[in-house]
Amino acid sequence: MTGTITEAAGAADASAPRVREMSMQQAVNAALRTVLREDPRTLVFGEDVGALGGVFRVTDGLQEEFGAERVFDTPLAESAIIGMAVGLAMNGWRPIPELQFDGFAYPAVDQIVNQLARMNYRSRGAVPMPVTLRLPSFGGIQAPEHHGESLEALFAHVPGLKVCAPCDPQDAYRLLLQSVRCDDPVVYMEPKARYWDRRPVELAHDPGDMPVGRSRVLRRGRHATLVAWGAMVHRCLQAAEYAAEDGVELEVVDLRWLKPIDAEGLAASAARTRRAVVVHEAPLTAGLGAEVSALVTERAFGALAAPVERVAGFDVPYPAGPLEPQYLPTIDRILSAVQRTLEYKRP
Amino acid sequence: MTMPSPTPARPEPHPDFGPDFARRCYLQMLTARRIDEEAIALQRQGVFPAYVSLRGQEAAQVAGAAALDTERDFAFPTYREMGVALAMGVDMVGYMASHRALWHGGLYDPAASRFAALNAVVGGPVPHAVGWAVGERLRGGSGCAVAYFGDGASSEGDVHEAMNFAAVYRAPVVFFCQNNRWALSVPNERQVAGGSVAARGQGYGMPGTAVDGNDAAAVHHAMARALERARAGEGPSLIEALTYRVEPHSTSDDTSRYRDAEEERAWRGRDPLTLLRARMEADGSGDAAFFERAEQEARERAEAVRDGVSTAPEPDGADLFTHVFREPTEELARQQRVWHEEVRP
Repeated sequence: MTGTITEAAGAADASAPRVREMSMQQAVNAALRTVLREDPRTLVFGEDVGALGGVFRVTDGLQEEFGAERVFDTPLAESAIIGMAVGLAMNGWRPIPELQFDGFAYPAVDQIVNQLARMNYRSRGAVPMPVTLRLPSFGGIQAPEHHGESLEALFAHVPGLKVCAPCDPQDAYRLLLQSVRCDDPVVYMEPKARYWDRRPVELAHDPGDMPVGRSRVLRRGRHATLVAWGAMVHRCLQAAEYAAEDGVELEVVDLRWLKPIDAEGLAASAARTRRAVVVHEAPLTAGLGAEVSALVTERAFGALAAPVERVAGFDVPYPAGPLEPQYLPTIDRILSAVQRTLEYKRP
Repeated sequence: MTMPSPTPARPEPHPDFGPDFARRCYLQMLTARRIDEEAIALQRQGVFPAYVSLRGQEAAQVAGAAALDTERDFAFPTYREMGVALAMGVDMVGYMASHRALWHGGLYDPAASRFAALNAVVGGPVPHAVGWAVGERLRGGSGCAVAYFGDGASSEGDVHEAMNFAAVYRAPVVFFCQNNRWALSVPNERQVAGGSVAARGQGYGMPGTAVDGNDAAAVHHAMARALERARAGEGPSLIEALTYRVEPHSTSDDTSRYRDAEEERAWRGRDPLTLLRARMEADGSGDAAFFERAEQEARERAEAVRDGVSTAPEPDGADLFTHVFREPTEELARQQRVWHEEVRP
């Protein structure tokens, strides 16, 4: 596995596109190799990212290739991991810390929110924070408590942070390159449930023209728009397949960037289809779906034939394994929401 | 009431602590004292919304920071390190601008000053020092990081995490605790389990030294030795400078609600400036003419800082938006247009 990635990402001729079928976890690995190779200021660190290669093997082989100075294990303390990233950035490095699981980002929230996010602001631009915080995120793998959480609304709410979440291997590769090259701190949320999803990936140095903050339409449709990110994109694509069998053509927008959000792209799609359903794993109340709903409504109100629907996790903690499938938005719930938008009658 | 009984016994001054050094130290400590007095006056006059005095901690701050090499070392302050800023040559008008509430982090350049932006989350900057130091060694530099915190912050998890990280990585860090005995209204006895911050160094496998924080030579000695050790690749050290916050926590505080005025009076009797002056008079490094000149210079400098910070322009409203991102977003630009059209004076 490692050899394949090395060969692919380490192509001698960087301009030659190399397409390999790989899992998302391998694509993130390949992207890390690319940025470690192209920028000697980059550093990868976190719990178990060295010899083990990370609990999801995302950093597999990196320490071997780039040495224990640029890829290193940290003691088990999330706040200090991010605090150290802040200090490294103050000394000119481009840190790429990993927090092992989403639930363990909470102990680091002070450093993320009070320090990382506002150091550039506090210093009036004298101390930039080009930090990419990798965070295996979301549910869907029936993990133990605190190993499956959706923190995107929390981070998107913080001034100074940018937040993204890929849904497939190619975009995982592209978004990581963009995140690391960005001079602002980025929280890069990796959907654990899609780590093993294999697709062809083009390992280009500059993988396409997709600016920070741009969403993309993964499926065209004319009856309603589904908006999602991370693992829920795949579920929306599945829902769209089912709907198509009944003659309902759903458009699927992969939001990709949760901050900044592509308000124009969302509104354009919703205006075309006149209906929108936003789908996320996080609990409903004050989730990012509320923001999506507001943005669509503000920008496409006149075109909408129905209120924007939200299909989200319930306002309960992420449950234990057997209950997780009942917590996460199901295809049935997504299709029911679509149905409500289609049947909506103005009072 | 507990007075510090410095252990180990007062060391001989570090070789660097010669007559010139002592004079420079005294002048800067006195300048910090006079700026501090001007700042309290500015608060009384309504120019500063609030102020946090460093009175009594001038030796702990100035004499320690005087050992830093401002070409290569980097200090990570909380919010009461005005004496450190002064000793490191930070633009003091820019520094005091934070207390006038012109900009939270101050208006000096933290990168150029090698003195991080002020930080009110005590403990928060301590792991930054570790990251900076790890990065310094990675790039082959010889600088050291100095993390400042107090007895209150010694309770913060970040401080412990940072000490452990620094020791694991043998990073060139000096953890410098100013134990001024009062974390706002809570005394050491109810803050520091075990009674000693310095003793905690042992648990992390690093030297922990308690010094008389009001004795400039002792503080300087401890800091200079810790920096030498860090620079030699021998790893981090912990210094606990035992001192006392003779003023209230801030100008909004009322010490009569929690501590004995007699204790304050006793500590005012161990004033670090008086102690240093006595030493200099005894060893001949300062005569009456020097102290007179120092007083005049300190006053002039303090007045210049006072005038500078009082008349500094308020930031432009557009600064609300300027530094949130390096790479601006459309949404923030839109919000700035709203500000421009609907709020801008």
